[in-house]
Amino acid sequence: MDITLDLNGTSHRLDVDPRTTLLDALRHDLGLTGTKKGCDHGQCGACTVLMDGRRINSCLTLACMAEGKEITTIEGIGTPDQLSPLQQQFLDHDGFQCGYCTPGQICSATAMLEEIAAGWPSHASGSLEGPFDLSHAEIAERMSGNLCRCAAYSNIVAAIRQAAKADALHKDAA
Amino acid sequence: MKPFSFHRAASVADLPAGATIIAGGTNLLDLMKLEVMTPDALVDITRLSLDRIEPAADGLRIGALVRNSDLAADAVIRRDYPVLTRALLAGASGQLRNMATTGGNLMQRTRCPYFYDRRMACNKREPGTGCAAIGGITRNHAILGTSDHCIATYPGDMAVALRALDAEVEIDGPAPRRVPLADFHRLPGDTPHVETVLKPGEIITAVVLPAPVGGQQRYRKVRDRASYAFALVSVAAVIRVQDGRIAHAALAFGGVAAKPWRDPDAERLLIGQQPSDALFQSAADTVLRLARSQGDNGFKIPLLRRTLIATLRDATGMEAAA
Repeated sequence: MDITLDLNGTSHRLDVDPRTTLLDALRHDLGLTGTKKGCDHGQCGACTVLMDGRRINSCLTLACMAEGKEITTIEGIGTPDQLSPLQQQFLDHDGFQCGYCTPGQICSATAMLEEIAAGWPSHASGSLEGPFDLSHAEIAERMSGNLCRCAAYSNIVAAIRQAAKADALHKDAA
Repeated sequence: MKPFSFHRAASVADLPAGATIIAGGTNLLDLMKLEVMTPDALVDITRLSLDRIEPAADGLRIGALVRNSDLAADAVIRRDYPVLTRALLAGASGQLRNMATTGGNLMQRTRCPYFYDRRMACNKREPGTGCAAIGGITRNHAILGTSDHCIATYPGDMAVALRALDAEVEIDGPAPRRVPLADFHRLPGDTPHVETVLKPGEIITAVVLPAPVGGQQRYRKVRDRASYAFALVSVAAVIRVQDGRIAHAALAFGGVAAKPWRDPDAERLLIGQQPSDALFQSAADTVLRLARSQGDNGFKIPLLRRTLIATLRDATGMEAAA
């Protein structure tokens, strides 16, 4: 079937089998291999992309159901010449080892910080009312959908905290 | 995945006959990849306007397509039905909650590993083939309401809270109706493949909550790891204490049966009484009077007892939760 995907600000026309997941469409049909296939069952988070600004598992989304949505992949988050603040912090804090889960971690963390800014509580929140801090417990809970088999978690948490802190400073200054 | 035809629903009244409904797809697509579910036709309902949370007569109407994350963060839900927010946040991951819908969450299938493994006999997947779980590895299985045909659990958290809140399920179809959530999921009996009262041609359009009852609301979930795991057991509690006595008690249990479990006898026993450990022990005795171990899951019986008592102590202010 013919579909149009709105991807990183550009429209792409594709002819896909209805069975094609968004993940496979990105990697195979569009050649965007930044998004990774880990478990292919929604358990590891390596395939995390943003759909209308929200983090989702692209392996559990049919490409044909993503039509009309704004999709952002790691390629749309930043480039080697122009890293996003989170990408820079992952480098500065060594927030990876093999790097396979990293695009998913960064897409997920990008949206997770927006969720906190929007006042969404988490399982780790003592009160449901907020505001919510960026404690280790909060970040670990909110990022539990992204596994890292190298277990770079402590540096991933540090990178996310630093990016959020820098962002808060930036906002205070503005 | 087996091939299927893909359709987009134009309206609730115009769903293609025989097509399997897909919304968030987080469970269905997983099962289709494993070919545990092999629908010939899928109908995407995500473009229907069923995504609003709006006031209803004395309560709240939650559209079937409201995403788990939006429901958990909704200001009215957080204020008036906090047990529901807590249950939602205790389930799945941030990514999955952004996709999973209110209606779809009620329709999710068991995570019994024998149901997922097509080489295994399973009366739920293939009626009449037997149940390989019985006598197998039963750590995750049910202790209440089982049959000789199936010992699978309903895995979700959201529905456990909804059960304690006396929610109803709004169903559209040839004869629109509302069903108490209590009656929506079925115990396995000799037809474990029939999991709900939803009939072909029917669709969940909303979940309706009655007026808030206030009180202390808790969702206590015990699992193998601190996040992103299904419940071994869970307790949803809505408790109101007035003048030192329990005036309202609604208790629902997850991870122990094929549906969110509730025991009116245990609740009756609590009403009008002063909170005490002895009282909570007898409530737990009542809930567990028919509990049956399958072997590996025997630990769930003392675990549910302790979790219930801890939740009641917490909700009645006897002591902070351990």
